[in-house]
Amino acid sequence: MIDLRELYQDIILDHGRHPRNFRAIEHPTHFAQGHNPLCGDRVTVYLTLDGDRIADVSFQGRGCAISTAAASLMTEVLKGKTVAEARALFAQFHARATGGEPGSDLPEPLAEEMDRLEPLTGVKAYPARVKCATLSWHALEAALKSPGATVKTE
Amino acid sequence: MRSASLRSIHPGPGGFDPLLLKREFPIFATNPDLVFLDSAASAQKPRSVIDGTADYYRTDYANVHRGVYRLSARSTELFEEARDKVRRFLNAADRREIVFVRNTTEAINLVAQSWGPAFLREGDEVLISELEHHSNIVPWQLLHDRIGIRLVVAPIDVTGGLDLAAFESRLSPRTRLVAVTHIANATGALVPVERVVELAHRHGAKVLLDGSQAAPRLPVDVQALGCDFYAFTGHKVYGPTGIGVLYGRFDALVAMPPYQGGGEMILHVSFEKTEYQEPPHRFEAGTPDIAGAIGLGIALDFIEELGRENILEHEEALTGYGVDRLSRIPGLRLLGAGQHRLGILSFDFDGVHPHDVSQVLDQHHVAVRAGHHCAQPLMERLGLSGTTRASLGVYNDESDIDRLADALEAAREMFSR
Repeated sequence: MIDLRELYQDIILDHGRHPRNFRAIEHPTHFAQGHNPLCGDRVTVYLTLDGDRIADVSFQGRGCAISTAAASLMTEVLKGKTVAEARALFAQFHARATGGEPGSDLPEPLAEEMDRLEPLTGVKAYPARVKCATLSWHALEAALKSPGATVKTE
Repeated sequence: MRSASLRSIHPGPGGFDPLLLKREFPIFATNPDLVFLDSAASAQKPRSVIDGTADYYRTDYANVHRGVYRLSARSTELFEEARDKVRRFLNAADRREIVFVRNTTEAINLVAQSWGPAFLREGDEVLISELEHHSNIVPWQLLHDRIGIRLVVAPIDVTGGLDLAAFESRLSPRTRLVAVTHIANATGALVPVERVVELAHRHGAKVLLDGSQAAPRLPVDVQALGCDFYAFTGHKVYGPTGIGVLYGRFDALVAMPPYQGGGEMILHVSFEKTEYQEPPHRFEAGTPDIAGAIGLGIALDFIEELGRENILEHEEALTGYGVDRLSRIPGLRLLGAGQHRLGILSFDFDGVHPHDVSQVLDQHHVAVRAGHHCAQPLMERLGLSGTTRASLGVYNDESDIDRLADALEAAREMFSR
């Protein structure tokens, strides 16, 4: 029996219950909604870009412990990063959360941030939950591509 | 069917022994730890349905209705025999009132797309309730887009049951159809459909009942109910997927244009003009799910052998036990289901997201459903994004509820640390 505590690690429960950066940004430069029609979960990701750098990032929405923790941790690791760094982190995180090939190694400071996201990659043992962990990241991607978009996981 | 053996394994006053009955369902042999509490989504299949369907393919299979050869005649006979079984199951007056479709969704869409445009005009009203599954909402919205009907929604009351007074107040001279569920799939609320039919008919409206959750749980008599349409699906009454039933009063069906065009539904085709078959074949274009219909017939045999009053008694008792057991779990809030709840226990657990709850339950081999149950408007009305739903079947017993309760304690431990 796989131990469910691998999925629901303390840090996930903590962020699930007390999400960080759980607020709207009044005048974001970018924002997007993520929607998982399967479970009805919704998340809105807000960004303030200063040139190429993420000056502020936050989220609001409702979801399970995994999706709330994933969004919360995402906002924590992204603050101060460049858009390119954010995308590199997502690529790496997505690969690990889906059990795929992580690809090339991240440079040292980003690798440390990736370590913070590691607890979320436990979803790879539960295919139905992968979307919970990646929904906010997909919303981030959508916000960066076209501000004010809605992205669905389906 | 091995009727003698089935009866002999579930004796006792007015009931049967679910523990012994589990043996009739091979899924519990191949998954011995399984606590299956998701029959409202789809029920497991008894051996008789699985074997009977396979036997049909092995020994009697051919296309229906056209062949002169004996095998096709035999296949047709079995297919039409299944229709007779459905007629008896619903106590319809006439076998021509039984239309085979894919599922409840298709049955409702058939009425919306065939009866709708033929009998409704812009501004006419279809009255539904807040308890409906998406399949009894969206077909009417499509009809709104197509011909401009108005969709009117009757609310639930504080207890979670249909508010009959509010329902009556929403019946207007423009109400042409009342389409409501018999048992709400998201909460288990049993709707007083006798009263609904009476009120609707008094206002000159026809009535369609969604029997998806009621057909497996209650004796249904469409003549006693007096409804004009009744829809249910095969896979929830222990039959195969891909087969469902639309019952329509013959006078209603015979006045309706075809739903789809093709083979089986015609009398004569020329490129100038086509004459259509009488119901039900008018609505069964193309080769039907023959094995599905036969499997459904076997499933209905299975239900009749158990006895529908016995099943109802079993579901009532186990629902009562479930309400009692779950209500005593701190932090668990059962969704209201009005005056009468049957077979479905939908709840919020300490504010923990239903997907997280059901993840832990799955770890304990307890299969439930989590989410909005295709009833998003109802969830929004109740201020929830979703619930965890346990639903009952003939094979469940008190030990299944106990294991659900134990697994919920494990979930609490997981999420309160």
